[in-house]
Amino acid sequence: MTEMKYKTPLLDELEKGPWPSFVKEIKKEAHRPMIQDLLGQVERSYEEKISHWKHGGLVGVMGYGGGVIGRYSDLAEEFTNVAEFHTHRINQPSAWFYNSDALRTLCDIWDRHGSGLTNFHGSTGDIVFLGSTTEEIEPLFKDLTEAGWDLGGSGSNMRTPSCCVGPARCEWACYDTLDACYNITQQFQDELHRPFFPYKWKFKFSGCPNDCVASIARSDCSVMGTWRDEIQVNQAQVLEYAKTVDIDAEICDFCPTSCIEWDGKSLEIDNPNCVKCMHCINVMPKALKPGNDRGATILIGGKAPIVGGALLCSVFVPFLEMDPKSDYEDLKELTEAIWDLWGEHGKLRERTGEFIQRVGLSNFLEEIGLDPIPEMVMAPRSNPYIFFDDEIFETEE
Amino acid sequence: MADERITDIGPPNYEQFLPPVIKKNYGKWDYHEILKPGVMVHVAESGDKIFTVRCGSPRLLAITSVRKFADLADKYCDGHLRWTSRNNVEFLLSDESNIEPLIAEVEEYGFPVGGMGNAISNIVHTQGWVHCHSAASDASGTVKAVMDELLPRFQNMDLPAKLRVAYACCLNMCGAVHCSDIAILGVHTRAPVIEHDDLPKMCEIPTLVASCPTGAIRPATVDGVQSVEIIEEQCMYCGNCYTVCPAVKINNAQTDGISIWVGGKVSNARVAPKFSKLAIPFIPNNPPRWPEVVEAVMKIVNVYAENAKKHERMGEWIDRIGWPKFFELTDIKFTKYHIDDFKHAGETFARTAQIRH
Repeated sequence: MTEMKYKTPLLDELEKGPWPSFVKEIKKEAHRPMIQDLLGQVERSYEEKISHWKHGGLVGVMGYGGGVIGRYSDLAEEFTNVAEFHTHRINQPSAWFYNSDALRTLCDIWDRHGSGLTNFHGSTGDIVFLGSTTEEIEPLFKDLTEAGWDLGGSGSNMRTPSCCVGPARCEWACYDTLDACYNITQQFQDELHRPFFPYKWKFKFSGCPNDCVASIARSDCSVMGTWRDEIQVNQAQVLEYAKTVDIDAEICDFCPTSCIEWDGKSLEIDNPNCVKCMHCINVMPKALKPGNDRGATILIGGKAPIVGGALLCSVFVPFLEMDPKSDYEDLKELTEAIWDLWGEHGKLRERTGEFIQRVGLSNFLEEIGLDPIPEMVMAPRSNPYIFFDDEIFETEE
Repeated sequence: MADERITDIGPPNYEQFLPPVIKKNYGKWDYHEILKPGVMVHVAESGDKIFTVRCGSPRLLAITSVRKFADLADKYCDGHLRWTSRNNVEFLLSDESNIEPLIAEVEEYGFPVGGMGNAISNIVHTQGWVHCHSAASDASGTVKAVMDELLPRFQNMDLPAKLRVAYACCLNMCGAVHCSDIAILGVHTRAPVIEHDDLPKMCEIPTLVASCPTGAIRPATVDGVQSVEIIEEQCMYCGNCYTVCPAVKINNAQTDGISIWVGGKVSNARVAPKFSKLAIPFIPNNPPRWPEVVEAVMKIVNVYAENAKKHERMGEWIDRIGWPKFFELTDIKFTKYHIDDFKHAGETFARTAQIRH
């Protein structure tokens, strides 16, 4: 057992209890002087109820503007080994699939260059290496790239895209989220590594409306799988479920558009009225499946509160085919049209969703060349303060 | 000869990490079943099966533990594993007989199996005092204290529906907690203190002024130094100014704390995605185990578990019974802070006489 440089009675309290302890994790790397000082500083935060980290200062790898976040101790004279304790974001593989060799390679690299502490994963999806000195940044990057890994995004760039498990292990995937995520990430390497946007831009790829990667809340561009035809029904399996599921109460009554009827023998779905909410499919996965005409809904503008308040994404394209053979050209074209407009007119630290609210969705759509359609709104406007232009006098040909 | 510097290669292609059974049945899965808490099987149209064992993690992992996971994956899964979007580890097995030995070994190592179906999955969370500059509270410690108590809800499937708990240590919300069944959110409650001597050296004033959502920051000359002033009554302590300018100190040991929000969701199942709403505006920081936060979360979870219908998420249940009933059942005091007064505040006012008496 490594001898501890500082007493940490408060942190030690968090080694107790059944849930895995982050304090135990930190102590597993306590043979490093950096970790000893980290424990000392975090204990101080627990005593004083305040963070002792400073940010700022330009750190990074040559030629990139993102991927490394500068972190410094404000108690650097006391805890000298964490005076510099920078964060590295490493672009994760699609859907967070690994094999043991890949994990060991990452561990070996981080063992040589930093604290030995990681996040699997950071909030946006990257593998996070927590805590290195400035001196180690380039050597770490060299080792990573030689082993086939690259940094993720930070700052005002395209952040690391992420995706759900998709067709790799889910019967509900309406498009290939892993391929789309990988393709888009590779296509926009420049935008990922070199911040030149007004603020961050996030892509998230969910294979169905269950949205396991929270794309509608956590991304500027949510690519959410959906279908246009009929839910596939296996009536024999519905009967099996009827033995344990109260289909009227648990399925029909919860259907948001009341489009399911059950007569005790078979399930009838009014498919044109189905809004693809997934509830019935979630409850009876052996009996029901999304249809075969599959693609994605594209929603734009989600974000957390900073700066102008939290927003959920809103519908831009109700249905887009997501055939891998198309190289996702339509999605890329839409993305670049939005980036051009927002890049030119967006204010500093203004996310796309906030920009849309400032300039108006109608104006935004006109500029990027999308026609307004009723799927984009919950309801038409109720106020009569309309800005008319001459177009209203034109007769349709 | 100069070293060839490798850049812009992007992540490794995921295909090399997929287990053979996944490669063979990619996009051809037929259905899945949860066999028991934390264990599920996916069955392909071909009849092939892949078994998943899911276990919770503290997200912050030592490479010692990651190597252990790699060893377990070699021993039981031909080296194959993945992580979920909520920081759970998933071991991917093709041999059903390996499930129980794997569970025994991974739990022995300290990582509980569960988080599937109508249960609490892992709490997604942020860095807190372990690694963040603007944290109003610690993330890992609060999450650890809450999960120690919630563990049975992780290991069983006895909730009405899935319950998503998230933690963010400030309004930046790196954890994007704003659409969670229960969100635990660190809050600052006082305007930042400006270090005028440092500010001109560290910060660009126009950027700093632009960072404020309420326009509370304006340029000012203070003691002959070009700096800024803050209109305190306009400040709602988001800390965005601190993130762009380290000389505007938002952290305050005496007045920082935690708020609790409820009823959000991201999935489209049944009702549309929705934001979490304020339940408890402020609980003082009480490290190392934040007992008041743990108690508040447990109370909300237990009341929800007892009262919601099967399949109802927290927000759906509250919408059915009404917010007055929620506050009554949970013994949470409704205060002036619960009434929105930011942009579009009127959207949350009750503009109907439909009231439960």
